[in-house]
Amino acid sequence: MTDLLEPRAIGADLVRRDGELKVRGTATYAYETPVEHPAYAHPVQATIARGRVTAMDTAAAEALDGVLAVLTPFNAERLAATDDAEYAVLQGQDVGFRGQLIGVVVAETSELAREVADGITVRYEELPHDAELSADRPDLYAPEQVNAGHETDTAEGDVAAAMAAAEVTLERTYSTAMYHNNPLEPHATTALWESAGDGFLTLWDSTQGVHPDRAAVCQVFGLEQEQVRVICPYVGGGFGSKGLPHANVMLTALAARALPGRPVKLALTRQQMFFLAGYRTPTIQRMQLAADSRGRLSAIAIDVVEQTSKVKEFAEQTGVPTRMMYASPNRRSTHRLAALDVPIPSWMRAPGECPGMFGPEVAMDELAEELGIDPIELRVRNEPDVDPETGKPWSSRNLVRCLREGAERFGWSGPRAHRDGDWLVGTGVASSVYPTMRQATSTANVRFEDGRYVAEIGAADLGTGAWTILPQITADALGVDVADVDVRIGDTRYPVASVAGGSSGTNTWGSALVVAAREFRTKFGADPRDGDEASGDVDQAGQDDTHSPYAFGAQFVEARVNADTGEIRVPRLLGVFGVGRVINPRTARSQLIGGMTMGLSMALHENSAWDPRLAQVANHDLAEYHITVNADVGAIEAHWIDEHDPYVNAMGSKGIGEIGIVGTAAAVVNAVHAATGVRVRHLPVTLDKLLTALP
Amino acid sequence: MKPFAYARPGDVVEAVRDVVAEPNAVFLAGGTNLVDHLRLGVARPDLVVDVRTLTSREVTGLPDGGLRLGAATTNSQVAADPRVRERYPVLAQALLAGATGQLRNMATTGGNPLQRTRCVYFSDVTTPCNKREPGSGCSAVGGYTRYHAVLGTPAALPDPHAPETCIATHPSDMAVALAALDAQVQVLGPDGERTIPFTELHRLPGDDPSRDTVLQHGELITAIDLPVLPAGTRSAYRKVRDRASYAFALVSVAAVVTPDGELRLALGGVAHKPWRATRAEEVLRGQQLTEDAVRAAITAELAAAQPQPGIDSGNGFKIPLVARTVLATVRGLLPEEQS
Ligand SMILES: Cc1cc2nc3c(=O)[nH]c(=O)nc-3n(C[C@H](O)[C@H](O)[C@H](O)COP(=O)(O)OP(=O)(O)OC[C@H]3O[C@@H](n4cnc5c(N)ncnc54)[C@H](O)[C@@H]3O)c2cc1C
Ligand code: SF4
Repeated sequence: MTDLLEPRAIGADLVRRDGELKVRGTATYAYETPVEHPAYAHPVQATIARGRVTAMDTAAAEALDGVLAVLTPFNAERLAATDDAEYAVLQGQDVGFRGQLIGVVVAETSELAREVADGITVRYEELPHDAELSADRPDLYAPEQVNAGHETDTAEGDVAAAMAAAEVTLERTYSTAMYHNNPLEPHATTALWESAGDGFLTLWDSTQGVHPDRAAVCQVFGLEQEQVRVICPYVGGGFGSKGLPHANVMLTALAARALPGRPVKLALTRQQMFFLAGYRTPTIQRMQLAADSRGRLSAIAIDVVEQTSKVKEFAEQTGVPTRMMYASPNRRSTHRLAALDVPIPSWMRAPGECPGMFGPEVAMDELAEELGIDPIELRVRNEPDVDPETGKPWSSRNLVRCLREGAERFGWSGPRAHRDGDWLVGTGVASSVYPTMRQATSTANVRFEDGRYVAEIGAADLGTGAWTILPQITADALGVDVADVDVRIGDTRYPVASVAGGSSGTNTWGSALVVAAREFRTKFGADPRDGDEASGDVDQAGQDDTHSPYAFGAQFVEARVNADTGEIRVPRLLGVFGVGRVINPRTARSQLIGGMTMGLSMALHENSAWDPRLAQVANHDLAEYHITVNADVGAIEAHWIDEHDPYVNAMGSKGIGEIGIVGTAAAVVNAVHAATGVRVRHLPVTLDKLLTALP
Repeated sequence: MKPFAYARPGDVVEAVRDVVAEPNAVFLAGGTNLVDHLRLGVARPDLVVDVRTLTSREVTGLPDGGLRLGAATTNSQVAADPRVRERYPVLAQALLAGATGQLRNMATTGGNPLQRTRCVYFSDVTTPCNKREPGSGCSAVGGYTRYHAVLGTPAALPDPHAPETCIATHPSDMAVALAALDAQVQVLGPDGERTIPFTELHRLPGDDPSRDTVLQHGELITAIDLPVLPAGTRSAYRKVRDRASYAFALVSVAAVVTPDGELRLALGGVAHKPWRATRAEEVLRGQQLTEDAVRAAITAELAAAQPQPGIDSGNGFKIPLVARTVLATVRGLLPEEQS
């Protein structure tokens, strides 16, 4: 158990500290960093999916006025470490996916760099490629482990026997599409290599973590941490795609090394982001449920098939939430991958839980229908007393409260379907879940400076609110007014901080700040002198290993389907969450409704239409890759229950960045089913999938 | 972006002369389509002639009661014009269904019908495309065909390598309304002025998919005329798309019903050109405009429709979707007792 901070600033609805700068457009992002005499870089990308670059004709390009450097696999410097094939840019002639980086042009203007890069003639030795995922491929394999260190497969009891013996069984296959993170700010870097001494590299990079970013760059270039500084005060969104650096960062650093003393800027175009910035793998989920006639599960199983790149493995942990969500004596989960000649998948908001709560939550609705039981009631009947996976008690689990309160607020009781003029109306529900995580490394400093408390930590604010809530936590830990506290983040000059990922930022950095603040008070008392300073590590914070910490939630959807055209509208989206203590209701609400909107987007709109012939996303720009727009979002509400969890951390917070996207798509599918009778098991839910069933 | 020369001539005659003199020259109006294509390398002109300030920026009444839309009027302006809203609601609705407020403030009457296809392969210079690079083939056949044609195409699976293959659609909403309204296009060319019926402005791919329209090099649209409609005419535009706003049509319908029960019907998102449904109109001619009659007529129109297979089940859904959308749109225009 941890002593929870006495909340004073915590819980206050404070406006964003960085809000005004952003509204005025004066917050500087990586690409806009004011530097002297910048040069501009533009990548050259492979136009085949597999083979070798045999020649690149760069002579004409290099001779052009204004072109400063043309780097290719044939002339680029050799990097210190090439074991991570994503980062080994221009280190060899092999092409592993279409769009792979095979060169970079640096020029006096971005227009020139782009024109020259696009004009370079490349000769290839092309090999046939293999880029189509399916569940019946003979070469599916079990990875050693799946993302976040989870086991690939788990099994308990005998699912097959339970399926054979059960009163009711359900066996269905669901699939989620390929998705691209597409933050508003593209992946962008300004890099300056100063060659004096041993050399020093400054990167203004759009990243979810300056320290992990630096560590990767040091590794690849064989530099000491002291030789590299990464600066990133503001991030225009990342959704996981800036959690680890991608090849573009290494390419920019390489280009800067070729032009010492000259800052080099590179921003991926929107189209390039569909090749180089990670994405969520499509998933195929075979679900099995067995239950008695009262809806008590006797078996739950998920078998997941998804893809990775032959260049580098990433295994999304899609089956993981099924392991702990509902009680059942017999359980199984498996993950199988197809390694393809495709770009490298990576983190996207709630990797694992987001796709992994689609199949199960639609299956629960299907089972409820089959049994004639209310879907909320079905979930309540399968509520586990302890974590079914680990056997540990929950740190707090309020799924049932979320479902009940949501039902009340939404007006769930009564018929789930009716017709309103030209519109078929239906309602749906699904559960949300997200693990409460804390990273192992993060350090904070607290200093008394000119009458103010200044805390420093290399944390990142991707628009999430860290700039605003870290001072709230620090103020309560110090017992001072939040207005007297500054927290500085986004620079490797500050103490090391973990990545903003896994909804762990607040839990991790907040814990380090609390340790530092308490250390500060212990050392210097209530009346410090100017310059007094203390530091604290997250590993000094209390840690509870005896409970299973998760956030839970319930999402409710009203869907309307046009009886003539099948057009789908979602006028109402309501979520209730149990996410521990909310540090700032304003930024928390923004995270939750943002997640829900992204979940709606996944349900109805987003779909990287994969063209296996070319091995690329066909609709690779934002005019054709649809993301939910304002007009698609009606009334959207996020509520949270008052939850006191003394086991998670000193703030009592569970992390809120990801849970909002978990379960939404299932709730939409369930609502559309109520409205039309059509169960769309393969996302997205588009009108063509409903047409034949319309009146 | 390939470097190009930029010219801002004094008047339209000079503009036409400039473009005629340079085989690789283009006109620039609002730039919302052309500038994207310059960036992507889809358009690689040597000379860009800015006509934005040269043609008329006004909507004026014509002597016969029609309206003339100057080529430089913006989509926002035309959509907001009270005369357009009152007499040609189908056009105002079509304009407002297109793009976004910001884009409509820039996009022009001359430029909108001449915007190019949204075929994803057309805008990706690394893939074969007969429209962008004649003779290179058509990547769309068997590919991502959700936004592609079902009418005016040769076969469900044309030869992707043939130089004449193109299954693209014309993406403009405005153009569908103009096709239904029998608008007339005023053109100035090297040989003087001519008028082209709007339904004849765009063409099917034929043996040259690179040409979207019948305009010759250097021909400039100076205005689009809307003919007068009989008093009591009702019209509407219905656009069906994958999200509520800011998306191109999967299919769209422009319908005009005159007081004596004549239906003029145009379809969007289904063909290489805004598709005037002449077959359906013929079937209906002289008949009472009832739901059953309209159903039979649109079935006749769609008899020749060809689904294009492809990614995510292709575009066969458009055929029933068109029929349903036409019915719903026309139903809304019929007098109460008939619907
Ligand atoms: C993201 C996005 C979404 C969009 N969504 C929609 C939509 O939903 N529906 C829709 O209908 N449109 C949509 N559009 C397209 C938009 O309507 C067109 O880009 C716009 O109408 C083009 O007009 P413009 O004046 O900007 O033309 P420009 O880009 O200036 O020119 C387009 C073409 O017309 C030629 N041209 C221009 N004026 C003349 C003239 N007077 N005579 C001869 N040739 C001329 C140019 O040479 C060029 O080839 C969208 C565009 C974008 C970027
Ligand atoms: S459909 Fe037309 S525009 Fe699209 S790739 Fe084929 S030829 Fe090009």
